[in-house]
Formats: sequence, C-alpha cells, structure tokens
Amino acid sequence: MEEIKELIIESFGTLAINKLRTGLAVLGIVIGIGSVIALVSLGQSTQQAIQNQIQSLGSNLLTVQPGSQNAGAVRGASGGGQTLTLADAQAIATSPMITTIKYVSPELTQRGQMTTGKTNTNIQIVGATEAYAIVHKVTIDTGVFISSLDDASMNKVVVLGPTVVTNLFPDSDPVGQTVRIGNTSLRVIGVTTAKGGTGFQNQDNLAYVPLSTAQNILFGQQYLGSIALEANTADVMTDAQNEVGYFLLDRHKISDVTKADFSIFSQQDLINTVSATTGTFTTLLSGIAGISLLVGGIGIMNIMLVTVTERTREIGLRKALGAKKKTIITQFLIESVILTFIGGVIGILLGVLLSYVYSLVTSSTFAVSVESILLAFAVSTVIGVIFGWYPANRAANLQPIEALRYE
Amino acid sequence: MTTQAPIIHASHLSKIYTTESLETIALDDVSFDIFKGEFVAIMGPSGSGKSTLMHIIGALDVPTHGTYEIDGQSVSHLSDDKLAQIRNTKIGFIFQAFNLLPRTSSIKNVMLPLRYAGLPIAEREERAKKYLEMVGLGHRLYHMSNQLSGGQQQRVAIARGLAMDPALLLADEPTGNIASAQAEGIMAIFQEIHQHGHTIVMITHEPDIAAHAGRIITIKDGKIIEDKINHHPTLAKKDTVGQ
Repeated sequence: MEEIKELIIESFGTLAINKLRTGLAVLGIVIGIGSVIALVSLGQSTQQAIQNQIQSLGSNLLTVQPGSQNAGAVRGASGGGQTLTLADAQAIATSPMITTIKYVSPELTQRGQMTTGKTNTNIQIVGATEAYAIVHKVTIDTGVFISSLDDASMNKVVVLGPTVVTNLFPDSDPVGQTVRIGNTSLRVIGVTTAKGGTGFQNQDNLAYVPLSTAQNILFGQQYLGSIALEANTADVMTDAQNEVGYFLLDRHKISDVTKADFSIFSQQDLINTVSATTGTFTTLLSGIAGISLLVGGIGIMNIMLVTVTERTREIGLRKALGAKKKTIITQFLIESVILTFIGGVIGILLGVLLSYVYSLVTSSTFAVSVESILLAFAVSTVIGVIFGWYPANRAANLQPIEALRYE
Repeated sequence: MTTQAPIIHASHLSKIYTTESLETIALDDVSFDIFKGEFVAIMGPSGSGKSTLMHIIGALDVPTHGTYEIDGQSVSHLSDDKLAQIRNTKIGFIFQAFNLLPRTSSIKNVMLPLRYAGLPIAEREERAKKYLEMVGLGHRLYHMSNQLSGGQQQRVAIARGLAMDPALLLADEPTGNIASAQAEGIMAIFQEIHQHGHTIVMITHEPDIAAHAGRIITIKDGKIIEDKINHHPTLAKKDTVGQ
C-alpha cells in the first residue's frame, strides 16, 4: 500500500510536467464519461416525466376502448370501432357482477374548433359525465364541473381547460360567457386547474361538455370513444380487468376472447410500454456515448505509448537499479488510471451539470442515479487499466541495456 | 590479494551477437577474478568489447558461454526479475551520462534503489543523507538534479550507487561527460571509497583515468590482452570546485 501511495504521488508529479498533453488525454475521457452520464440521466428524467404524466391522469385507472370490428375479411382499425355504448357503461356501473369498480366514466372525445366570435382555437372536446372529474383527477379552478343534471338535461354548457382560457379569454373571466362549437352556443360554467407538464398531449388544452350534449348535439354519434374505470384499489387492477372483460364479452355475445371487439388496458400497461421504449432509447444513446468513451480510451493509450517512448532511458535506469517488471507495470498503470480517473471525475461533474441544466430548461425532474455515477467511476478506472496495459507492458519488457543507450 | 572467495568470478565468458547471417564475437573466452577491496580499471578502445563486459558484470546481460558469479551468485540462467534483484542488492551503477531522474531532488534520486529494495521511507532518507554527505553534497539534498553541475550530478550518482552498500561499484566511463577539473574530484571520491573497503570496477578508455586504479585490465577485440597491478596509482586531489 505504501508503495502504491508513493507511486501515486510520483505519477501526479510526472503528469504535472506536461500539463497540456495530460489535459488533452483527460479531455477524451471527460467527454466520454460526461456524455454517458448526461444521456443516461436525460433518459431517466424523460422516463420519470412521462410516468408522472401518466400517473397524473388517474391512478387505479382502467380504460376500455372499442376494438376493431371484423366485417367479413375486412379488419377495421383498432380503437376506431363503434362497439362501446352508453348502455355498456351503465351496465358496468350497475351490474351486481362487477364488484371491483368504483367509478365509471363514459367518454367521447373529438377534435374541434371553438370560437368566441373574435378568436378561435383548435382543441380536444371531451364529452364527459360527472364521474370524469373523479376518475381523471380533474379539479376545478373557478366555477363548477359538469353535473349529472347537465348530462341528463343535455345542457349546452362547457368547462374549459386553462390553455383554452389563455387562448380565448386572455383578459377576462370566461365563466358565464358564451363560446361556440360549430353552430352550437355553449355557456362556460367552469375552468379546470392546470395539470401542467408535457406528455403525449396537452392535458390543459381541452374543453368538457356533457356526454349527452356531445353525442346528440355536437358530434351526432351514439357510440363512446372509451370508458374509463376506476378500480377500488390498485391491488385489484388485474381482477377488475378480467371482471370487466368477461362481463363485456358476455354482453357483446362473444365467446372467443381473441375476437373481442374492445380492449382494456391499465395505466400500468401504458407505463410499462413507455418505459420500455424510453429505456431502449436511453440504451441506444448511452451506446453512442460509449463509443466516445472508447475513443477517449484509445487517446489515453496513445499518450501512454508516447510517454513510454520518451522515458525509455528512465525506464532503463529504473530497471538497472533493480525495478522488477511488476514495479514498472504498476507505475505506468497508475499513471494511466490517474488520467482516466481524473477524466472520470470531471466527466461526472460535467454530466451532472448538463443534466441539471437540461432539467431546468425543460422543467423536468433532475434524475442522476448513484448507480450511474459509481458505474462511471468504475468504467473510467477499468479503461485506465485496459488501455494502459499495453504501454505499461511495453515499458516493463524493455531491455535495460537497450533502454539505457536510447537517445 | 587475499585467499577469500572473489567478489567477481568470470570464467571463459563469451558473448556472441547473432544477426541474420552475421555472427559478431564481442567477448571471446574472457576469465578473471576480482576480490573484495580491489579498484580495477577495465581499459580498451571503443569496439573492444568492454561495454559488453560491463553489461555482463553489471548483470544487465548474460553471457552466451561461460560462467559469471557475483558475490557467490551465478547469473547465467536467471530470469529478468531475478537479475533486477541482483543489480539492486549487489551492484551500484555509475553511468557516463549520470542517468539521474530529471526534475527530482538529489535525495529522491539516491533513495530510488532503496525503494526498489523495499526499505521503509525513514531508513531510505537516513541512508540517502549519509551517502550524499559522504560525496560532499550534504548541502544539496533537495536540489533538483537538473540544477546541479555535471560533477555534482555524478556525485549524486555515486551516492546512489553506494546507497545499497553493494558488493561492487560498477562505473562506466564515469568522467566521460565531466570537465577535467571536476573529473579529478570524482576520481578522488573513488579512491576515498576504495579506501573505505569498497570494491570498484571502472570501465574507461582514458589511460590517465585508469591510472587511478590499483589494477588495470586491458581488453582488445574481445580478449584480455593485459591484466596488471598498478603499483603506483595516480593520487587524485580532492577538488572543491564541484562543491
């Protein structure tokens, strides 16, 4: 240990002699480690952001979507079917066979143009019932959400998302005012609070109308876009999925599960899919960053070979004075490991800084895992050993006579 | 001469360098013994084989034929690491070009072989100081090697050669790179440490430097052509210039 400590001190002295060269050799590792850290944490924070987004759409949430309809040999597009009806939703809500579902939210969503007469904006129009706010954790900022009465009476009312308010009513309170969708005038009864964040779609650029109004007046369509279900607890999600699945198969008189005209998926399914996708991208990006790390390692090897050549006489002297092969190898390995270790430390700092800046700019979660930092330390050290190995052995195998004569 | 076992026992040493088609005989059946306390100069013009002989004596190389023993240890068939250990413990080297570590203090240079011997730091420092004082550089312990004159650098090298208290001090053209005034001082140190009982082998091509030794072996074309006792070695004056 004492010997290693001395070698480390000596190596710092040697490396300090040629600062520019040392710096350039280190730079390759800095860039390599830095980009690996930054890209991994970028991937992790993106993944985290998307998961949070999905979670914010409501926990314990199951979504039933109409599946494809097979008419003869023609298979319709998934999700585009017209197989879910309000009756299905009501049956799920009322059937004694369904024990795991707390709330049922039948929904019909379409894009549409909303106008105040002066300005207009393109938004998602959601036909919703009272249950929607509960299931999707929508909260109201001012006014009220759609009530069961609004739905029953087919009231021409609308609840706006904050983005819509910003676009249509930049200076005034929208509650009580009138907007139009197509030829229908709707009275604004409430504004939701911002759900914020980024995701696949803006959760704030929406307007909610009573489902009956959407079906009968705005879209003229009796089918449902989807049915959102809230299970009693997160533990019964799988049971709930099965229960509702078989219930609907029975209602739709389908005996073969593979021919189901609907699909049910949970938030967890979505999270898993998205995680897998972002995980793949993170791996891909880290792989590319890993290549720059490899190039950095080759840079270290190059510098070490130059060093060994330059110090041939010194190596010869050390061997003449009794340095064994192992001693010489250790000396040069320590030098290259110091180079890569310093590069690793600076690279980690750089990577963490970059991902911090990224999180500030995108206002996303700042996620740097301890594992990736430890791994970066380990990798940079291992690179020092791997790429220092050949130069160190070359030094150790120099013949003292030849080395002493070297000019 | 004493009847004790020689420090160096060289018997029928040959060294043949083989390149593709050509065989060069650098040493041709050389035999001699050197006993403890001798100061021997090995003389010869360049190309005479004296460098090859120095390499074998210094355990930097092994002979093609013949046996070579230093301090009772045969070196003919040893591994590189074993040779390194022998050089470390039994031989103190002094080179023509000093070969000090650059940008390194005198004391650190002298401590280097002690480090390879695995001595604790305190003992290394103590010994290094002692030998640097002995060569008159007690006041230059922490000077960097490149801040010293040639003569001073060679004294550091001598202190380094003595540091392990080796069986043999092996000097290769020790005055070759030094101004003649300082060279005299170096020879004075050699004679002084010789008087302390150290065994010295000095390779040189200069007759007036060789004249400081008590025995002069002359080689030519790989063979010993003369091996004589120098009854009246030149006495070198201790110089003060280099200090």
